Amino acid sequence: MTTTEQVEADQQAGVVIDAAGLHYRDLNRRVRELVAAGETALTLRNVRGQRYIGDGLTGKDVRITIHGVPGGDLAAFMDGPTLEVFGNGQDAACNTMNDGRVIIHGHAGDALGYGMRGGSLFVRGDAGYRVGIHMKAYKTQIPAVVIGGCVGDFFGEYMAGGMLVVLGLDRKPGQRLVGGYLASGIHGGEIFLRATPDALPRAPYLSSEPVSADGLKALTPRLRAFADAFRLDADELLAGPFTRLTPISHRPFAAKYAPA
Amino acid sequence: MSTSYIPPEFRWTNDTETCCRCKRCIKQCGWGALRWEHRVVADQQACVGCHRCEVFCPESCITVLPNPTFYRPNANWTLRHRKNVYRQAESGGVLLTGMGADQDFPVLFDSLFLDACQVTNPSIDPLREPMELRTYLGRKPEQVEVAVAADGRVSLKTPLAPNYQLAFPIIFSPMSYGSISLTAQKSLAMAAEALGILWNTGEGGLHEQVKPYAHCAVVQCASGRFGVNVEYLHAGAAVEIKIGQGAKPGIGGHLPGEKVTADVSTTRMIPLGSDAISPAPQHDIYSIEDLRQLIFALKEAVDYQKPVGVKIAAVHNVAAIASGIVRAGADYVYLDGVRGGTGAAPSVIRDNLGIPIELAIAAVDQRLREEGIRNQASLIAAGSIRSSADMAKAIALGADAVAIGTAALLSLGCTLCQKCYTGRCSWGITTQDPELTRRIDPVWGAERVANLVHAWAAELEEMLGAMGVNAVESLRGSRERLRAVGLDDRTLAILGVKPAGVGA
Amino acid sequence: MQGHTPFDLTARTLSGCGLSAMMSRRGHSVNGEAIIRSIGLLRERGNGLGGGFAVYGCYPHYAEEFAFHLMYYTPRAQEETERYLDEHFELVHEEHIPTRPVEGVDPSTAPALRRYFLHPKPLKLAESMLPTAEDYVLRAVMEINVRLDGAYVFSSGKNMGAFKAVGSADQVGRFYRLEEYQGYIWIAHDRFPTNTPGWWGGAHPFTLLDFAVVHNGEISSYGINKRYLEQFGYQCTLRTDTEVMAYLLDLLLRRHQLPVDVACTVMAAPFWRDIDALAERDPEKAELYRALRMVYAGALVNGPFAIVFGHRRGMVGLNDRIKLRPLVAAEKDDWVLLSSEESGILEMCPDPDRIWAPRGGEPTIVELDADVFPAVPSAVTRADFGPLAPQETTR
Repeated sequence: MTTTEQVEADQQAGVVIDAAGLHYRDLNRRVRELVAAGETALTLRNVRGQRYIGDGLTGKDVRITIHGVPGGDLAAFMDGPTLEVFGNGQDAACNTMNDGRVIIHGHAGDALGYGMRGGSLFVRGDAGYRVGIHMKAYKTQIPAVVIGGCVGDFFGEYMAGGMLVVLGLDRKPGQRLVGGYLASGIHGGEIFLRATPDALPRAPYLSSEPVSADGLKALTPRLRAFADAFRLDADELLAGPFTRLTPISHRPFAAKYAPA
Repeated sequence: MSTSYIPPEFRWTNDTETCCRCKRCIKQCGWGALRWEHRVVADQQACVGCHRCEVFCPESCITVLPNPTFYRPNANWTLRHRKNVYRQAESGGVLLTGMGADQDFPVLFDSLFLDACQVTNPSIDPLREPMELRTYLGRKPEQVEVAVAADGRVSLKTPLAPNYQLAFPIIFSPMSYGSISLTAQKSLAMAAEALGILWNTGEGGLHEQVKPYAHCAVVQCASGRFGVNVEYLHAGAAVEIKIGQGAKPGIGGHLPGEKVTADVSTTRMIPLGSDAISPAPQHDIYSIEDLRQLIFALKEAVDYQKPVGVKIAAVHNVAAIASGIVRAGADYVYLDGVRGGTGAAPSVIRDNLGIPIELAIAAVDQRLREEGIRNQASLIAAGSIRSSADMAKAIALGADAVAIGTAALLSLGCTLCQKCYTGRCSWGITTQDPELTRRIDPVWGAERVANLVHAWAAELEEMLGAMGVNAVESLRGSRERLRAVGLDDRTLAILGVKPAGVGA
Repeated sequence: MQGHTPFDLTARTLSGCGLSAMMSRRGHSVNGEAIIRSIGLLRERGNGLGGGFAVYGCYPHYAEEFAFHLMYYTPRAQEETERYLDEHFELVHEEHIPTRPVEGVDPSTAPALRRYFLHPKPLKLAESMLPTAEDYVLRAVMEINVRLDGAYVFSSGKNMGAFKAVGSADQVGRFYRLEEYQGYIWIAHDRFPTNTPGWWGGAHPFTLLDFAVVHNGEISSYGINKRYLEQFGYQCTLRTDTEVMAYLLDLLLRRHQLPVDVACTVMAAPFWRDIDALAERDPEKAELYRALRMVYAGALVNGPFAIVFGHRRGMVGLNDRIKLRPLVAAEKDDWVLLSSEESGILEMCPDPDRIWAPRGGEPTIVELDADVFPAVPSAVTRADFGPLAPQETTR
């Protein structure tokens, strides 16, 4: 790296915090204090399991770069900032996130994007069980979770809004794109899976069809952003094929109950 | 309706001699049970017995009585069981109901009697002497450390965790906008502010109209995460994680799409007309360590500035569960007993799952004391606190405060018709129909609710005075001031109460 | 539980009472004559069913040993207790507690009375993993009183002793020959139990280590005070209000290291109304009071009480916060005197320099002068809640 590049990199890095051995309370307090003081670029080095990074943090222009493996509830309740993780993510990232961007360059754990209401989560690799549960959309707030690899069971369970995408990149032989109980209880939103409908499980509560031109139009900006984040070829990703899954009913349990 | 084998539950009659034909009753009925055909005609099947028409009849000529239909008595196959079978044969559905269990459950409060002073220690007259009901909700340290300066001045060294100061040991239980009307919720919010106590958003977000009262609101974070964002968390006085509800332990809640009006959809931040599903469990909590993770996610989000509590239903293993919750970092534990109310629950769940609050509060308070962690969290008892006496007994068993839901709604006119889930409440409480909700003027509503709390507080003061103590903390957990009649030894041991007739 | 104690200890004893106390700030000692006469004058306040004394400075020859006073109701209780003491303590000296026959103290109800001067065995103390010798002694006292039938430790401090029996207090004083003892603090109590079992251990004072408490009144918050203390390992075995007082003092003063005046503020807490008013003048101090009430809610002593408690460094008189029980205080030279009645004071000292009635909740704190015994300054007073205006008469 030349001196000029180093200077540029340092400028981008902003304030650098060495997180080695720091308790999450201390680390997050420093992050909050710095952001409150007007810092917009932070780099956290040697992160290992510290929870709640970005929890409840606000500010669209705040950008935090994380090296290492952040702990659970990364970006929980977050409202605006961008977090980029050079490493793997753990469980429950983007829990009830309101807005902002989370980019994870490795794989990530279970229960990602639970109750997420806006912003985006991009995971380059695989993700675990119960990803994208109970996501919801309201007016202009449409959350999106894009998983580069494959996901486990209960993907999109109780989905009430927003967009879920699974690309199946670097799939190993025999690895399923999505696990069982796909989107059970779904009553809103849309799911795009990079596969043909016949290659996917069917469910009576799901409408499953090859992606339409309109569908592709909704998907394209998210995929371009995903490709941009990980330096992938967007056109290659967009070539599909994609299947779009939507709920048959936005009131899936209406008939289950009767007055006593 | 013509296919139903179930006879009407109520018989609506009108004295046509005195009826002034004003048709007000027809307008008042939210269920469309009354219509005009040269006189008022009732669809008896549609009447739920809410008595709105009766109360508002200017001539008092309406009578609503139980339908005297006589079925052959059967102590085993009670009419209730038979009717439920007919209903399920007709619909194939899980039977829904509203409010708390209406069956003849044992109410241990009614077997407990409070002490009074005679001679050996004096009673205190609350009319003349100070009586203190102030209660702090939140975590307390085990001990206080003080610093003594060279000049002898003593100051506090131990930092205190955030606590919320209640003027009375009563708060309102969580009732979301959606399950109840905004006018009803605003009544509670205004009353809470005036009283110096807390109301609770339930899982329904914070509507613009009640935001001015957020400073005395518990904001709930439940499995649906409706309306939960940073602004919401910061707005409240305390944050509550809802795990369960006494009327429906272990199951979630659905706000049916038809109750998700434009306004409700804005507050919950979900699309219009879509079901608002609060699943069970919370999908980020599958174990106690996950609860700890969420508790601290919330504490981080509010920068440790507010108490974070956890509400659970009282279930068999409640003492161990509550202990785990306290050790997970909760600042208060809200226990909701089996007789607790609901806006909608399957009746089989409401009437069969959970345990009474009296036993739960006793078991939890004792367990936390045995583990030396009682100071770490406040205990709130709920699940049918019907009177100031129930409140006093719950406090003596170990609660810091009680939460009231049904009693608060009764003060707004509710008659316990149990049809909250239909969204047609004629009293304007559990409905979103603007024609019905405007029946509650929040200023009027707040005054009635505040009257109730003031009355209970005054009664509590009377009871404290009779027991010779002038601060509610001297009753809290003081089971020595309770005696029981007709309870078995094992129950007495769990309650930590002696039988009546046994002295000090 | 207490099979050999001929009384039902599960029944809580309620009582009314009289009390008297005296202390020299200079540590000057007097014999028990004056205090016996004073408490004798208050005989109308008792009913002849319990009396007792605490005296500080009475064992100068064994000043560094823990002085255990024991009641034994059976020979077996004595055997078991002595085996226990042998196992856990180094015995420096033991003897019968000397008594003389007096009218009003029934020898047929009397237990065997012995005293032991002890040190914890160093190895046992280390093995116990308890932080101090005091904690070790406390545990031993609890174990003997709870586990060993018919044995009761009624005094366990250093260079102090408690003496009590069924009888009128002045008779009890003569029974124990207290005019032959010297002390710089004397505390006496005459009792009016309302359901007395005639149990010697039920008389006051109640002691724990160096603390001795005598108490007039019934604690209406007993139920929660007891449960509060149980969280800290105190077992209220005697089911008396006064036992609760002794344990509260031990918890607040010894274990939580609160200054005496702060501990009194916990037990007889100021009203919220007054704390709120103070917050406008002195927010820092109001915050302290608020914290004390929040944290020590279970230690608020509610209901009528007047207590005098002694500790090595001094003595404190304290009323409940709305003064439902009487207490009169007086000063003469280096002596401070307390009694339920002014007459009780005059019997100890006919010409006090000053005599006054302390306000409800305002502790009368008497400590040895710093050159006699190093003391910490005390600062919390009822002056925080308005002008200090005791009903004072100067004589």
